[in-house]
Amino acid sequence: MLLELEDVKVHYGKVEALKSMSLHVDEGEIVTLVGSNGAGKTTTLKTISGLRPVTSGSVRFDGRAISGLAPHQIVRLGLCQSPEGRGVFPGMTVMENLEMGAYARAGRSRPDLGPDLERVFALFPLLAERRSQPGGTLSGGEQQMLAIGRALMARPRMVLLDEPSMGLAPMLVAQIFEILAEINRQGTTLLLVEQNAAQALRLAHRAYVLETGRVVRSAAAATLLDDESVKSAYLGGDATAGAEADGAPGPPV
Amino acid sequence: MLRLINFAHSEIFMIGVFASLFAMHALGIDAGDPARTGLALGASLLVVMVVAMVASGLTAVIMERVAYRPLRRRGAPRLAALITAVGISLFLQELFAIRYGREVLGFPRLMEKRQLFELGGANVRTDKVLVLVSALLLMLALDRFVARTRLGRGIRATAQDAETASLMGVNIDRVIMLTFLLGGLLAGAAGTLYGVFFEAARYNIGFLPGIKAFTAAVLGGIGNIRGALAGGLLLGLLENWGSAVLGGEWKDVFAFTVLVLVLMFRPTGLLGESLGRARA
Repeated sequence: MLLELEDVKVHYGKVEALKSMSLHVDEGEIVTLVGSNGAGKTTTLKTISGLRPVTSGSVRFDGRAISGLAPHQIVRLGLCQSPEGRGVFPGMTVMENLEMGAYARAGRSRPDLGPDLERVFALFPLLAERRSQPGGTLSGGEQQMLAIGRALMARPRMVLLDEPSMGLAPMLVAQIFEILAEINRQGTTLLLVEQNAAQALRLAHRAYVLETGRVVRSAAAATLLDDESVKSAYLGGDATAGAEADGAPGPPV
Repeated sequence: MLRLINFAHSEIFMIGVFASLFAMHALGIDAGDPARTGLALGASLLVVMVVAMVASGLTAVIMERVAYRPLRRRGAPRLAALITAVGISLFLQELFAIRYGREVLGFPRLMEKRQLFELGGANVRTDKVLVLVSALLLMLALDRFVARTRLGRGIRATAQDAETASLMGVNIDRVIMLTFLLGGLLAGAAGTLYGVFFEAARYNIGFLPGIKAFTAAVLGGIGNIRGALAGGLLLGLLENWGSAVLGGEWKDVFAFTVLVLVLMFRPTGLLGESLGRARA
């Protein structure tokens, strides 16, 4: 088990945002969290990455308790988050944004980023063309690619993705999801939060359904995709849209 | 960088001026001494400046530690930080007023102020050259530092989006502390240059330069180092042009008029805000 949350409670002031969150992600998996707005999907990711303090319960990464650590310490363990709204640094160039992604790795000596840049540019050739352009001038899709590429620069074992399809055209979404599948094939574990549940379920191996701060269902993604109650609640009866993104990988090896 | 103007920065500068004065005394430089030249001048200037930079830098770091960090931890509103800055500012001013009096303290003359040559009707003096060259070197160093080094990138990333920066592995508290240290070091160096040029120290000496620095920063666009440099030059030119037209006593009025006008009509500064433009 690479990541494990056990009975995690999180408060915003007096409001209980996570009531009793328990989930786990195994090495090599793609797991997705689906649920409506306010179900606690983003809060769960922010809690894992250390941005939100845990009231009680435990978060373990690779067998180590991380719930008390600061975000920058968690990144160094190989658990990296690509934030909601992309969070590209607008005043920095594409190259500088990517270098920021490797910030956690740069110890005393300057690390060689060459192979990492090559990998990111191979996944996102567009970024190579735009490398000296400020992040703020990129289109939404390009910013999303940059955010994902930047997360990879840390050479993480696991990446948390918050709404990678937000605000993107369906074509682009399909493309981004294909790349996510490729990143997973290259050995990175993914935990994905998505509004676009149909797309996410097609990509993922397993899924958790969240409601008001707790897990109400957990099953293989394919099972949920065919489930009538899930279809009506989260897929809006539109589970066939964007079906061309069949780059979804098989079960983890 | 934190969407926070440290209005107590004036006092960090003031402490730099005082530290320069004490450093000169400690070096045995007295008012009656003949002005130094050559190596002796360079060495004593360097020592004085390092002492001032350390004093101001430490002040800035302590200020961040005892005042701003606790506020940040509690997620206090920005107004609270602003009021805190005013409080620290008054506290430090009065502390120095009580300890060293409210009168102007004179500086010993460290260097000979000889006219080098005339340039288009302006006389170019040795001390002016020193101030200009040092200021340019410091600005250049700061610009390169922020653009090139890992810490510089951390500072810029934190300024643009602190939460995302922390997700990239930036230790926000540490970066903020180092930013204060950097600002303090520069204010200390400025204090030495001010002391050598104006040869005066007083408890409230930081007030006007502080406001003018703020004006220059606003003029150039907050959060933009090159903009601040351009703003500073522009403000200086405007001031001198204004005092030439209206008389020297209007100089400061002119500076504040510029501040008010910029805030009214172009609050993002002349070069615009380079940060946060694409913020969602």
